[in-house]
Amino acid sequence: MKLLRAILLRLATMSVTLIGAAVVVFFVIRIVPGNPIAMMLPPGASEDDIARLTAHYGLDKSIFEQFVIWLGGVFQGDFGTSISLRQPVMPLVLGRLPATMELAIFALVIAVVIGGAMALTGVRYRATRTETAIDVANGVGLSIPDFLWALILIVLFGVLMPVFHISGRISPSLDLPFVTQFYVFESIARLRFDLWWDLLKHMFMPALALAIPLAAIISQLLKQSLKETMHLDYVTLSRTKGYGENHVIVSEALPNAVLPTLTLIGVQFTFLIGGTVIIERLFSYEGLGNMAIDAVINRDLPLIQGIVIVFALLFTVINLIVDMTYALLNPRLRHA
Amino acid sequence: MLDGRGTLKRRAGARLWLSGIWLGVMALLALFAPLVSPHDPLTQDLFAGRLPPFWVEGADPAYLLGTDSLGRDVLSRIIHGARIAFSVALVAGIATALVGSLLGLLAGYMRGWVDVVISRLVDIWMAFPPVLFAILLIAVLGTGLTSIIIAIVVIDWTRFCRVVRAEAMNQSAMDYVSSAVVAGRPRMDILWREILPNVLPTIVALLTLEMGIAVIVEAILSFVNLSISSDAPTWGGMIAEGRTSIYQAWWVLAFPLGVLFLTVLSFSQFGEGLKDRFDPVLR
Repeated sequence: MKLLRAILLRLATMSVTLIGAAVVVFFVIRIVPGNPIAMMLPPGASEDDIARLTAHYGLDKSIFEQFVIWLGGVFQGDFGTSISLRQPVMPLVLGRLPATMELAIFALVIAVVIGGAMALTGVRYRATRTETAIDVANGVGLSIPDFLWALILIVLFGVLMPVFHISGRISPSLDLPFVTQFYVFESIARLRFDLWWDLLKHMFMPALALAIPLAAIISQLLKQSLKETMHLDYVTLSRTKGYGENHVIVSEALPNAVLPTLTLIGVQFTFLIGGTVIIERLFSYEGLGNMAIDAVINRDLPLIQGIVIVFALLFTVINLIVDMTYALLNPRLRHA
Repeated sequence: MLDGRGTLKRRAGARLWLSGIWLGVMALLALFAPLVSPHDPLTQDLFAGRLPPFWVEGADPAYLLGTDSLGRDVLSRIIHGARIAFSVALVAGIATALVGSLLGLLAGYMRGWVDVVISRLVDIWMAFPPVLFAILLIAVLGTGLTSIIIAIVVIDWTRFCRVVRAEAMNQSAMDYVSSAVVAGRPRMDILWREILPNVLPTIVALLTLEMGIAVIVEAILSFVNLSISSDAPTWGGMIAEGRTSIYQAWWVLAFPLGVLFLTVLSFSQFGEGLKDRFDPVLR
């Protein structure tokens, strides 16, 4: 019962957050100067045409009326029609979301692998130069945001040592058999590993840029938790039983030390997704963030709203999942 | 081999010094930019376009770090860019700290409905991707230095608010606060004279971090071409321009990028170093 009540409470605050986000973005973008309708019509369009299209998009009504109409549509899954692309917003956003999610998940995997490996190495060789080197790397990784890492990677591996692609999602010359937008998953399902490899080569640089700060955070926190666990009695006991240091770290200390890091990864994952906006722009990656920046530049109000709401929904859902996973994994909360 | 504490202390001292020196030099360059920069940052010389830095063949020693595609001196633009970067860092950082810390103190100390309202606002803010939010705000406010500063404050106050709120809650639970309450001191008086001084070290450490973030935000906005004007010498604008000619003239991108990297790193390390120095447990 207590768990159910906690979940219901969380869902309630979540909807308050979402509606609040909708209100903020709706009113903020309507202060934007510049008439989106005038921008989409060719120069020389008559006043009459502008007025007619303005009415067509409902932009002649009061802001409050517009909000009620828009919110009513949102609850029916209708986010309106994009002004610059002249298509319904929902399919546009859903068409781009998979590209962003694949990039974010790939980045998360890289961050967990690098961060985890660094933490384990740091604990295995604690109080040596290796640990100091890892601490310094963590410090630098944490201080520099993804935007700068992306530029550094572009200079290093895009120009000086051109090994990876630094533009786009897939080579334009390739013939694409895909029916979904989840290219990476679908290429595996179709056993088209040539396409899969091309996708990864495009994704690696932007994903790595997103992953470096998160890897540093994971490495730092996991190493700290592991070191604390290493002093506990049961770890000492397993050492006296004659288990080697590697076994003690991985099989005994790690399972007990990993929980705080898991929670942190959940929260940080939303920051990582937020970072995709500018990273996609830098690498001309055709995801949601790149579309969002174009939407702002084109003053495409319905599209901006749709994208922001989808991001907000994504963030709140991830936070909810993290909280519930934490409750399930943590015995103290599970039995409370 | 030094013991654990000895190494830590030495490293903390070294990074405080190194980052402090870099920031000091950049601040001086920013302050005296017109005096120290060898050229005018805006003067174009189309006959001297894309000259490489001094050690590469074909360079003109008058342009130490080379020129961009319009023949503008890269070094002078970096020095003048420091002015914009440091102005934004200082003003936006302090303004963000003021707004965020004030709301955080109120929420953490007053609790009740004040806390509920402020915390809900933080939740709503955290549901936006910050870069998208910044670009949207600049579209609303128009380009320019003031708009960038306002956008940074509007977006990043939550960073201070969350930390300061938690810290204020911790402090409120301590004995010295209870005794002040028992002594009959007014609530606001306790907040300003008892709690604030104890939260201040945290705020200062966050402030240096925020200055680094402000420099980055300015660079990102220049990069999306929404910062000041495409002509003004900003580090982000130089990076954006360098990105387009990266195969013909790497130095147009690499030098401002390097300076930005070291500046952001220094702000963050300076903050960490300060935190360690003021942390009574480590001391």
